[in-house]
Amino acid sequence: MTPDDVPYLPRGVRTQFDAVRKVDVILGPERVLVLDQVGKAVVGRLDGEASLAEISADLAQVYDAPVDVIAPDVTAFVEDLRDRGMVHVRPR
Amino acid sequence: MSVRVDPPMAMLAELTHRCPLACPYCSNPTELLAKETELSTEAWADVFQQAAKLGVLQLHLSGGEPASRRDLAELVIAAREAGLYTNLITSGIGLTERRLRELDDAGLDHVQLSLQGVNAVMADRIGGYKGGFDRKMHVAEIIAEIGFPLTLNAVMHRENLDDLPQTIDMALRLGARRIEVACVQFQGWALVNRAALQPSWEQVETAKKTVARAVETLKGRLVIDFVPPDYYADFPKACMNGWGSTGLNITPNGTVLPCHAAETIPHLQFEKVTDRALTDIWYEGAAFNAYRGTDWMPDLCQSCERRDIDFGGCRCQAMAVLGDAAAPDPVCTKSPGRAALDALLVEEVQEVAAPEFVYRR
Ligand code: SF4
Ligand code: SF4
Repeated sequence: MTPDDVPYLPRGVRTQFDAVRKVDVILGPERVLVLDQVGKAVVGRLDGEASLAEISADLAQVYDAPVDVIAPDVTAFVEDLRDRGMVHVRPR
Repeated sequence: MSVRVDPPMAMLAELTHRCPLACPYCSNPTELLAKETELSTEAWADVFQQAAKLGVLQLHLSGGEPASRRDLAELVIAAREAGLYTNLITSGIGLTERRLRELDDAGLDHVQLSLQGVNAVMADRIGGYKGGFDRKMHVAEIIAEIGFPLTLNAVMHRENLDDLPQTIDMALRLGARRIEVACVQFQGWALVNRAALQPSWEQVETAKKTVARAVETLKGRLVIDFVPPDYYADFPKACMNGWGSTGLNITPNGTVLPCHAAETIPHLQFEKVTDRALTDIWYEGAAFNAYRGTDWMPDLCQSCERRDIDFGGCRCQAMAVLGDAAAPDPVCTKSPGRAALDALLVEEVQEVAAPEFVYRR
């Protein structure tokens, strides 16, 4: 993926609060992933508008961390979700 | 040692055993339940509510052919109201454009379409239903038009495993996001046809290479989940995450099973959702506790470094091949049961022409 790519949750993938286990989860076909704080923050920004670079910049500000530290983690996380079929990507 | 029991993640609801197809590898029991014994719409809706409260996140609506239920859309509405991620497992037969649009309005999350073969000759022969393939292709077009996320579920065996590349192409052509390449697992009716379905070792090796290549080249376009036939493995498949740990199964008449094939184990006693609360059955039911954790395991598994990886393998397979549900899975090369499995492989695969299928009718 490139920094300009716009990731989004396609139809059939959604997040939900699991009231029994008290965790946030992301649900897709045959897949359930538990989201931690950071995961939730990333997934919550996959609005189909923001590019990967913009999402990293935003998170760097929120977590008060350098963007070149944040960006590789964000990219790896989003790419992993893409490989599991839970995130789709469109070019800017 | 007491076992910590977590809530289940997934539930398979077998809405009906009725099905227009007659696949020789059907994993449903050899004795099917009649329509009159099926749970009502209201009873299923109540089960969905109970399941969600118990911790189930994903619901698979299955069968038989779930489209044989006239109230399918109502059931989807009930499942979504309960907060469940709802997946329809179907052959496509019995689904019209009107019904699919109803399911869309009802909030169906995902469709899993089974594939019997990549052309009409093969598919209709396997499904035992003439015209089935063309109807399925038509249904797939409507699914794509509506925009349902689609998984193609290709059940592979001796007769069609060599068509794997075309099968993957078909998934791309139909716009599927995911393909499940599942080699037949020998449960239920499939056992009757094991010799006709068992692929050869060479077929399996070729298939593994095809899958590995496709996974790389199609990354980001198509998710590929591959279930190899376990008779050729050295160690058993993990039984989910262990018996009674992650999922449960409800039969058309409301019987609650730890797994789809559990009724093949004759000494287990099962309970019905119409008689007892689902939570109690999950946590306290005798059948669920029979093989939970590690206490039930033979010494061989207890002392094995794979104990918490494969959990001793499949109870139903130990039952089917060895007649002892508490034995290590006969796939395990460390186990005494492996000899029985190898004998079956020699006997069944060396025949040049596969025997005729016995269709379930
Ligand atoms: S001995 Fe038991 S736990 Fe170990 S690999 Fe074999 S079946 Fe699995
Ligand atoms: S016992 Fe066997 S058939 Fe049942 S869930 Fe476990 S692995 Fe699957």
